[in-house]
Amino acid sequence: MAVPLDEAVRQLIHDGNTVALEGFTHLIPVAAGHEIIRQGLRDLTLVRMTPDIVYDQLIGAGCARRLVFSWGGNPGVGSLHRFRDAVTASWPGPLEIEEHSHAGMANRYVAGASGLPFAVLRGYSGTDLVEHNPNIKTVSCPFTGQELAAVPALNPDVTVIHAQRADTAGNVQLWGIVGIQKEAALAADRVLVTVEEVVDALDPVPGQVILPSRVVDAVSVVPGGAAPSYAHGYYERDNAAYKAWDTIGRDREAFTAWLAELTATASGATAALLSGATSATSTPTASAAPDAGDPEPAGRGA
Amino acid sequence: MTTVTWTSDEIMTVTAARSLRDGMACFVGIGLPSTAANVASRTHAPDLWMIYESGTLGAAPDHLPLSIGDGILADTADAVVSVPEVFNYWLQAGRIDVGFLGAAQIDRYANINTTVIGDYDDPEVRLPGAGGAPEIAASCREVVVIMRHSRRAFVDKVDFVTSVGHGSGSGDRERLGLTGSGPVRVITDLGVLEPDPRSRELTLVGVHPGVEVAAVREATGWDLRISDGLVRTPDPTGAELSVLRSLTGAA
Repeated sequence: MAVPLDEAVRQLIHDGNTVALEGFTHLIPVAAGHEIIRQGLRDLTLVRMTPDIVYDQLIGAGCARRLVFSWGGNPGVGSLHRFRDAVTASWPGPLEIEEHSHAGMANRYVAGASGLPFAVLRGYSGTDLVEHNPNIKTVSCPFTGQELAAVPALNPDVTVIHAQRADTAGNVQLWGIVGIQKEAALAADRVLVTVEEVVDALDPVPGQVILPSRVVDAVSVVPGGAAPSYAHGYYERDNAAYKAWDTIGRDREAFTAWLAELTATASGATAALLSGATSATSTPTASAAPDAGDPEPAGRGA
Repeated sequence: MTTVTWTSDEIMTVTAARSLRDGMACFVGIGLPSTAANVASRTHAPDLWMIYESGTLGAAPDHLPLSIGDGILADTADAVVSVPEVFNYWLQAGRIDVGFLGAAQIDRYANINTTVIGDYDDPEVRLPGAGGAPEIAASCREVVVIMRHSRRAFVDKVDFVTSVGHGSGSGDRERLGLTGSGPVRVITDLGVLEPDPRSRELTLVGVHPGVEVAAVREATGWDLRISDGLVRTPDPTGAELSVLRSLTGAA
């Protein structure tokens, strides 16, 4: 099931798709995001609770038509300038946005993963989010009559996540801050997982989440594929790279130069491009797994 | 004549730390709230139970995290849970005593804006957005806000209500079905504001050492009421300052 990243992206993600690249500060699928940029995908609806610098890059590169999100910033650093430029000045093109709170997004994924049409939550009441987002409505509890917020299920065409490892059968194991990755994967029609390594057998780890291979369409081995975010047990967050992005992202010319460098680089070297430091490696993407080259989707919906 | 031996940010952070009580479950926002909560846990509140929205319950980092999801939070937490779990089971269900937030704008009824400055569809400044704040403001038993005081930030009416404070005044939270009591205190680099018990309008109840009331009024974008019981913030102690400086790296 292990497929080189460029091939996996080509097979699973198409222009106009709704794509979620999830990861809550930890295990952000940065290398996969870069491959999407490199392949020049367009008109994507990008979904993510916390669009951070890789979404800034995707937006600046013109991949996105629409963004569904709850917090768009450079965590711990400040604003996303490419996102800001797209919203306030339509550069490189206009960007439609649909805004939620974290709880709203999390529950949209939960409904999607549960096969339900919508989710309920308390909250949103009295906020201006309600009036600017037609996907926030209210329902009455059929038992108590209590008014609650309702949000529709979120079912991406494709969810992309990064994990620590997979076995040769394609079962995926991740741990540490597990974020919303499981729900986002189970809500999606197709699932691409990039991993640090493929192992013969998965050793149990405290707090792990397993995604069985039957819900995974492709695994790509991308060591360092989450950098400059981090992979618990493998490498740490490169905070300097997040700070450095503030300077690049702030300026259209500096960004354009960064983008030219990215697109001129082979997919395997991506992880090194932004890390600027120590931890991430530039080990080639092409899989070392025994069954590399078998692109046949094995997951649900296939 | 006293010599000021601390900065306005330091007195703000120390004052905010003091408003957290030992043993509380505290939902911590990144930035100033995280700094203040970490000062509290190292001074008077060793059993402060810090929760970050990345799902780390009971995090006890040995240094300040840059983001809400740094690995140090997971490494030191009592438990790491998924994002739906932290928002639904812990926050929404009412298990959190205090939510600790920052903001870009706040108004006289402590409503908070972290979404846009200007018109939503044609914003002057696009801010990061809601994140976890709307539900923190809705569901924590109480909310403490920490932010720098300026006329741009303290406005008569926020451009966008990202998180509800006290709505348009007394009784609004109840009408909206919000379960927590909302903002109980706003701590700034100039002083401390609390909602008036009856009107819920933010009122100046404390000023920091060396700060004149007139300066606070000048930095506030509405006609700020002053409490009859206005107090002067006690000076930071040497212990508080040394803990804070060891965290921020200031000498």
